[in-house]
Amino acid sequence: MKFEPVIGIETHVELTTASKMFCGCPVEFGAPPNTNVCPVCLGLPGALPVVNHTAVEYAMKIGLGLQCEIAPHSVFSRKNYFYPDMPKNYQISQYDLPLCIDGYIDIETDEGSARVGITRVHMEEDTGKSTHLGAGGRIGAGSQTLLDFNRAGVPLMEIVSEPDLRSAVQARAYAEEVRGVVKRLGVSDVKLEEGSMRFDANISLRPEGASTFGTKVEVKNMNSLRSVQRALEYEIKRQAAVLEAGEEVVQETRHWNEEDGTTAAMRSKEEAFDYRYFPEPDLVPIAVDEAWRSEVASGLPELPAQARERYRAQGLEPTTAGLLSREVDLGRVFEDAVGAGADARTVANWLTGEVTAWLRKESLLLPDSHLDGAALAELEAMVGAGDLSATAAKDVLGGVLSGEGRPAEVAESRDLIQVSDSASLEPAVDAVLAANSDAFEKLKSGDHKVMGFLIGQVMRSTGGKADPAAVTRIINERAG
Amino acid sequence: MPIDIDIAKVARLARLALSDEELDLYRAQCEVVLEHAALVQALPTEGVEPTSHPLRRTNAFREDVVTECLDTEEVLAQAPDRDGNYFRVPPILEEP
Ligand SMILES: [Zn+2]
Repeated sequence: MKFEPVIGIETHVELTTASKMFCGCPVEFGAPPNTNVCPVCLGLPGALPVVNHTAVEYAMKIGLGLQCEIAPHSVFSRKNYFYPDMPKNYQISQYDLPLCIDGYIDIETDEGSARVGITRVHMEEDTGKSTHLGAGGRIGAGSQTLLDFNRAGVPLMEIVSEPDLRSAVQARAYAEEVRGVVKRLGVSDVKLEEGSMRFDANISLRPEGASTFGTKVEVKNMNSLRSVQRALEYEIKRQAAVLEAGEEVVQETRHWNEEDGTTAAMRSKEEAFDYRYFPEPDLVPIAVDEAWRSEVASGLPELPAQARERYRAQGLEPTTAGLLSREVDLGRVFEDAVGAGADARTVANWLTGEVTAWLRKESLLLPDSHLDGAALAELEAMVGAGDLSATAAKDVLGGVLSGEGRPAEVAESRDLIQVSDSASLEPAVDAVLAANSDAFEKLKSGDHKVMGFLIGQVMRSTGGKADPAAVTRIINERAG
Repeated sequence: MPIDIDIAKVARLARLALSDEELDLYRAQCEVVLEHAALVQALPTEGVEPTSHPLRRTNAFREDVVTECLDTEEVLAQAPDRDGNYFRVPPILEEP
């Protein structure tokens, strides 16, 4: 039987406000443990939360960026559970009246384009961080747990999608697009590896053509965009095998294991959690009127979907345009380079190819490198003028990225300038033709197979610096 | 209106270890509270705005400004156990 996956994704995003959601402690990654804490975020008796105005505006931006409606009236609720990284024994979240509802984003994959519904975006606070010490460092196997409450109370947004995704590829595209939107909005640093953006998925299978839903499984611990796709691919295969064997999928939470490439059930609970939500009595409701909504809306930057349209109009392929629209740093340099007169496709291919690969290898972000739009335009002009070969240009690009200088300086110091003027090349060509007269005779009698050999000899004698197009032209002239 | 309550579940959720006698005592007490709530719930509330807060106020905000934190030593002085700058607690057996 053919099965159709039904996938919904929950995305958690930490905001880059200066202070926490309900207190003035700083939001910062990597501070010494338990230094950014106060009576509010430690849940000390009598301490009262006060909502961070900027966090609400950031949340509105995310909602508007995902085409949501902003609720005129929304309320914070208490989500009750006992876990040591929640010092209050409840998390302040939103439940029945979230800030943003009913949005969507459009995604594009090799499987076509799709619109994915956004059910809601709500505000909550992050938990503290626990480190489990003991056998294997595994949850449940530890002998003790260490707690750091610096992260407790950091503004956290939860973005819930509709179960509209139908493949692992779509799920990854959705995650990439949400990340791109949030990144362009500038309200989070969206670092998956540091946990400032996290994805959980709900996935079930149903017979193709069915309209009912199968039993769903929640998959957690997917720490990269690639692992979102891999984990769901694995889970689709696993559930299909269970169903084909005539068994039933167990409703449970499964942990993705990056090393094994498998998901495994987490320790099963004695009973389903009952969070006993109720309105947070320490906080009054949030009322957003049209004036406030439109003030925030008017401050929104261009979104990836709009940038993608512009880039497509400049002749870029869908995947290239998509990448530049989501990775706003790359997009900015691309636009600067094109603005300085560079060819859009050449520059886009460098950015999504060599530049992205270099940044990944060096674990750097584009603004940390020495590359800017003007440098890319200069490089492209050198290739266009025949001063650099396509291969040499990539070499120069590496030099520019690592701070060796402007493209012309790097090309000069790495001795990569291509020779294309006839006056400089003719002596080298003539020498090669004289030394290889047999081959030259064959060429003259119409055997064009030897052309490559002759060009290769010239390239060799010039240390690879001759412009192959110019060399070909001169040889053809000599052959008459 | 008789109300059924799974008092053992409520106790488990609150992490309270109660004896059978205590369970009976609290069951009876909670039932009275729930019966009262059921009475209120039976009132006709069509067209009445739900109240999520007794104060008729909205939008109590603070500016996004960093204020001083507690001294870490003072914080950890309250901890039952510590390891360097961390609170130390017994191993966690369940995920939330
Ligand atoms: Zn605090």
